[in-house]
Amino acid sequence: MLSRTADHLFWMSRYTERAENTARMLDVNYQTSLLPQSEAVALVGWQGLLSISELLPTYQRLHGEVNVQKVMDFMVKDESNPSSIMSCLSAARENARAVRGTLTTEVWETHNQTWLEVRRMVNNGDFERDPGQFFEWVKFRSHLSRGVTVGTMLMDEALYFMRLGTFLERADNTARLVDVKFHAVQSDFFGAASEKDQEYDFYHWSAILRSVSGFEVYRKVYRDVIKPERVAELLILRPDMPRSLHASLNEVVSNLGLVSNDQTGETHRRAGKLRAELKYGRIDEILATGLHAYLTQFLDRVNDLGSHISRDFLVPSGA
Amino acid sequence: MRVGVKLAKLGAVEKVPMQKFDEMYTRLPYEFFTQGAQIRDHYKIYDEWLARQPGDMMAKRREEAEMIFRRVGITFAVYGEKDEEGAGTERLIPFDLIPRIIPAHEWATMERGLVQRVTALNRFIHDVYHGQDILRAGVVPREQVERNAQFRPEMVGVDVPNQIYSHISGIDIVRAPNSAGEGEYYVLEDNLRVPSGVSYMLEDRKMMMRLFPELFNAHRVAPVAHYPDLLLETLRASSPATTAEPTVVVLTPGMYNSAYFEHAFLAQQMGVELVEGQDLFVKDNFVYMRTTRGPKRVDVIYRRVDDDFLDPQVFRPSSTLGCAGLLDAYRAGHVTICNAVGTGVADDKSIYPYVPKMIEFYLGEKPILSNVPTYMCRNKDDLAYTLANLKDLVVKEVHGAGGYGMLVGPAATKAEIEDFRQAVLANPEGYIAQPTLSLSSCPTFVESGIAPRHIDLRPYVLSGKTVQMVPGGLTRVALKEGSLVVNSSQGGGTKDTWILEV
Repeated sequence: MLSRTADHLFWMSRYTERAENTARMLDVNYQTSLLPQSEAVALVGWQGLLSISELLPTYQRLHGEVNVQKVMDFMVKDESNPSSIMSCLSAARENARAVRGTLTTEVWETHNQTWLEVRRMVNNGDFERDPGQFFEWVKFRSHLSRGVTVGTMLMDEALYFMRLGTFLERADNTARLVDVKFHAVQSDFFGAASEKDQEYDFYHWSAILRSVSGFEVYRKVYRDVIKPERVAELLILRPDMPRSLHASLNEVVSNLGLVSNDQTGETHRRAGKLRAELKYGRIDEILATGLHAYLTQFLDRVNDLGSHISRDFLVPSGA
Repeated sequence: MRVGVKLAKLGAVEKVPMQKFDEMYTRLPYEFFTQGAQIRDHYKIYDEWLARQPGDMMAKRREEAEMIFRRVGITFAVYGEKDEEGAGTERLIPFDLIPRIIPAHEWATMERGLVQRVTALNRFIHDVYHGQDILRAGVVPREQVERNAQFRPEMVGVDVPNQIYSHISGIDIVRAPNSAGEGEYYVLEDNLRVPSGVSYMLEDRKMMMRLFPELFNAHRVAPVAHYPDLLLETLRASSPATTAEPTVVVLTPGMYNSAYFEHAFLAQQMGVELVEGQDLFVKDNFVYMRTTRGPKRVDVIYRRVDDDFLDPQVFRPSSTLGCAGLLDAYRAGHVTICNAVGTGVADDKSIYPYVPKMIEFYLGEKPILSNVPTYMCRNKDDLAYTLANLKDLVVKEVHGAGGYGMLVGPAATKAEIEDFRQAVLANPEGYIAQPTLSLSSCPTFVESGIAPRHIDLRPYVLSGKTVQMVPGGLTRVALKEGSLVVNSSQGGGTKDTWILEV
């Protein structure tokens, strides 16, 4: 297939996934903000959200102090913010439009309809009236787009590049989420002192789990109270947790295998190595060397993988 | 309840229409408001059906159609325009719910005329780039061809497969009264470069079948959905002789081009790659596309990019829409470009008046389809006549397209006419003039209800090993009352076109 086509497909899926993850994080912060909590704690949450997307400086330059409504607007509606839900869904649709002939009618219409609807919902105030419902809608449009893709696309390169985009983006997004959320409570990571803290911890960790639809999964897997190291293990190392780094890398490696050719050995090797480290890694080792350092390095390597995929398949230089 | 009554209620009748012919009714102006309509035979079933529909049906169906077009993304971009939110430039092509119906026997004649005309045009293009028999015979003045900006010296002596240059020809046809006062089809314009609009023909039909299935039960409408198949057959038949399994691609300027939907649509329907200039490169005089598995050779390019942008080494150096070296590969016979480079020399408005003579010259036949009478301002007498009658004529720039650069005398202000007079005087060779034709109209569902609007017809003629087409074409309709300009860039709409076995 055309390299340019593969590039559009890859980015279409990345933007769709990114919109979903942004909605997930906003939703969790929004739901948490409905619980009784100190203003300082609430602010930490919203600040963290901006940090995840590396947007805190941009936000502060534009809007100054962190304020719930402004952060939500910035992350949902602001089209000058390339990570806002509107921007992501527009970009996904633009990429889809560029290769609409490669997509099945259902896939194209799903993206087009999402874009038409999100513009309508944001312009007519649906989002402000019920942010929770809006976030839920974004998530479900993403579910729909994935389902329609898997359900209708011919199982060939086009599909593999789309899947590659989805899971590379998911690995990136989950890693950022874990990084920022664990960072926020680093000071008293091990051994919560007071009752008050324990209560706070429960809501903090369960919010993270909920943002990746992992609360019920956690209970099912561990049958235990919510413990930070187990949350980290679930989101990083469990291969059966659909949004974990390990599960995402499994998909990246297998889709990469399906599109590989003579020149792509190095890319495949790097992806395989990253996956192997997740497969044979242990959470106590990771925590011992420092979670933040570990995730920073992981994000760098995901980024590097993206560049290699781009060089090998999407925008090959020269003839 | 008859349509006429409905029209009266909707208040579309005060102004007596200026046109003489209507496709649906035998007499105009609409005298049936008092006497009952005289319906032409091939519209009878439709008229009866329409009369049975509840009053708000058309409005509801139009809403439904617009919603579907938006979701499917059948949109076009208008240069320099923004929507209400200033966000995008995508607009729906206005689609009219009332079909334009042509009886099968009229189409049969038109089809023969189209095959004849396009065959002669292809012979002409081959001739002007080879032996130039027609210039030597003095049928077409030499300077009219060789000094034409659309004449491409690069094409002289270049042989193309099947000697076909215009693989896809869009011939614009209008129905108007002839000297005997009867309705006759006239060719208004030949489009031999990159004629567009065929996707609307196909989507309009799909939409009509979706909205009004019962009408298709009641009528024997000739199908058009196999157009992409015929197109692919034509393109494959035009490949360089060296390949048995040609790779065909569609070359688009990109997603911000106004016809992008059509490019993507045709590529998808034919199952071929949609490429942009940046996806192609030339090596050793062969054309390749960049794929995820390395370079792949390309044999036939259905290009939707104008000549000027095809190859920055030969034409506009600044163009990024084409591919450097493409013309060399083409001249070496390693790739076919459809339509060929240099077809513009035959569809220019200054060449149009000679087409009937071409048909006689090359085929030894009388033209089946007539031209609209045309005054060439380069001739002294024609110039004098044109200048004396500006207010009654349509004056066109010979290189203009898309309805730009023309004067519609009866609709123009004094100042506009004077401006044009100066322009014509300054450069008589750049203009032709035609009488304002009483273009036929067709009932159209507009804001005020059902009212007559002027229409034309663009059949898409495909030339490969044979010349073929699907029945009918795209009917374009001027949605503004009294307007004769049907181009989508200027407020034109489209209608489904039915070739009907009565």
